[in-house]
Amino acid sequence: MKIFVCIKQVPDTETKIKITPDLKGIDSAGIKWVINPYDEYAIEEALKLRESQPGSQVWVLTVGPKSRANDSLRTALAMGADEAIVINADGLDSFATAKALAEVIRTEGGAQVIFSGKLAIDDNAASVPQMMAEFLNIPHTTVVSKFHLAAENIVVERDTEGGSKEVVQMMAPAVVAANKGLNLPRYASLPGIMKAKKKTIKEIEYSTLNLPAADQKVSYTGMTLPAEKPAVKMITGDSVAQVSELVKMLRDEAKVL
Amino acid sequence: MGKILVFAEHTNGKLKRSSIELLHAGFNSGNEVAAVVFGTHGDDIVSALNQNGASEVHILKDGALDSYNPELYATNLISIIGKIQPAIILASASSVGKDLFPKIAARLNTGIASDCVSLNISGDNVTATKPMYSGKAIATVNFENSPIKIVLMRANQLPIESIDGAKSSKVVEHSLVASDLRTMIKEIVKGTSEKLDLTEANIIVSGGRGLKEASGFQMLNDLADVLGATVGASRAVVDSGWVGHGMQVGQTGKTVAPSLYIAVGISGAIQHLAGMSGSKVIVAINSDANAPIFQKATYGIVGDAFEIIPKLTEEFKKALHN
Repeated sequence: MKIFVCIKQVPDTETKIKITPDLKGIDSAGIKWVINPYDEYAIEEALKLRESQPGSQVWVLTVGPKSRANDSLRTALAMGADEAIVINADGLDSFATAKALAEVIRTEGGAQVIFSGKLAIDDNAASVPQMMAEFLNIPHTTVVSKFHLAAENIVVERDTEGGSKEVVQMMAPAVVAANKGLNLPRYASLPGIMKAKKKTIKEIEYSTLNLPAADQKVSYTGMTLPAEKPAVKMITGDSVAQVSELVKMLRDEAKVL
Repeated sequence: MGKILVFAEHTNGKLKRSSIELLHAGFNSGNEVAAVVFGTHGDDIVSALNQNGASEVHILKDGALDSYNPELYATNLISIIGKIQPAIILASASSVGKDLFPKIAARLNTGIASDCVSLNISGDNVTATKPMYSGKAIATVNFENSPIKIVLMRANQLPIESIDGAKSSKVVEHSLVASDLRTMIKEIVKGTSEKLDLTEANIIVSGGRGLKEASGFQMLNDLADVLGATVGASRAVVDSGWVGHGMQVGQTGKTVAPSLYIAVGISGAIQHLAGMSGSKVIVAINSDANAPIFQKATYGIVGDAFEIIPKLTEEFKKALHN
């Protein structure tokens, strides 16, 4: 069985963001790039599935500038993935990204299960998994915290609102977008890291996919830093005075009650 | 000027606040608003949609749509979109909205702006803004190559003012288009909480390590009951198993933007701030005066949560009953 995992590189949460002079993006110099945290759950679940299905293979796939994309693919290989592919491109939106991923998965022979994270923490779009499923004409479930494959059926638990869950059954192949709680991602082992260094990452130029330029549907402009908040008002005194002052402030000054 | 389609969500027949926000934004733009509502509901939802600005109401009343199935929803909504031919679609960045509309956008070969916090509609054109990089930047989203522009809005971002929307409206009833489904909802396991989801809540009371142990959340529940608030938590206490992941606010939890966020015993790690810094008013209660949460807070109290929270609950009770 072939299992695909789609991952993305995102700036580490602790990284300082500097906006470029054209206000269309961020300055990538000095940014620490990491695998999107939700994609780590996707990689782990793919590896677990391979372990339960002898003879299976895990292929990791990403879209991005290859120099930085390769780092995250090496990490996935070190965790245990078998093959890695990068689609070399920069600045694609969710639609164009999903189309490119679907195209490559199709030309590489398809997959029984395609995992990804439920969203990437850089743009919070939560769009690529559903779009990719649509382009491949297969079902999807997002926000998945439990996964099970039984013959041709994929059974997952999807976290919805207010702590509720849906148990969803899909016919394979399907796209499964991981939530936190699905598993605990493993760390790469030292032998894994050594082995990953020797592997070849397949590089595909986005332009060679011959996808329409009109796949680019949205663009960002006017990027700004959020407005500075006024300094905190510390409320002092004993606890009785503090709570009465706080409630007064919330009612009369902030007007949120 | 094209129509605006609003995908109106309801809970047991009652319109969600987030959907009312969208109806008002559509109405105030001067465009005609066509509301679409799925599933079982009473007839009063039509007048509610009407009063909130919809001049067309499209109803697909079928029990098959009472639970969300991506394939069934997409097929039926696309069929209705074909009849309405809107220029713009507005929907909530809810559990259903976030899952459904990227699929719709892909099938209609059009663009989607997700997780937006402001909206600017001018005729058939729309731009929206959204936070990026964990709220460290705000960007304007522009559409290109998009015959229909789809915008998903976070809840509690748009004003609800009284509008003169009570014109008569056209009501169109649609029937279910069944498709060969490869997705089946086998079971729905309801959460224990009857409260609004964190992403929709107008007031959130959130707890962290400072509550010492899981039982510390009981006093937050009491406070939340008085305020009609939803209870959230930091990653540290979710990872310790005190509360479920559905309650986590932050980077690997929910992104929230209530009017009032009360952080109790939460130090304010950057992963937590990423999920709540968009809140309008933030109250931080922490025993450590140097906790980073105070840098993001509107009001701060340094003190013992176990002493302050019960008193605060009583004080709110008094204030809200006067």
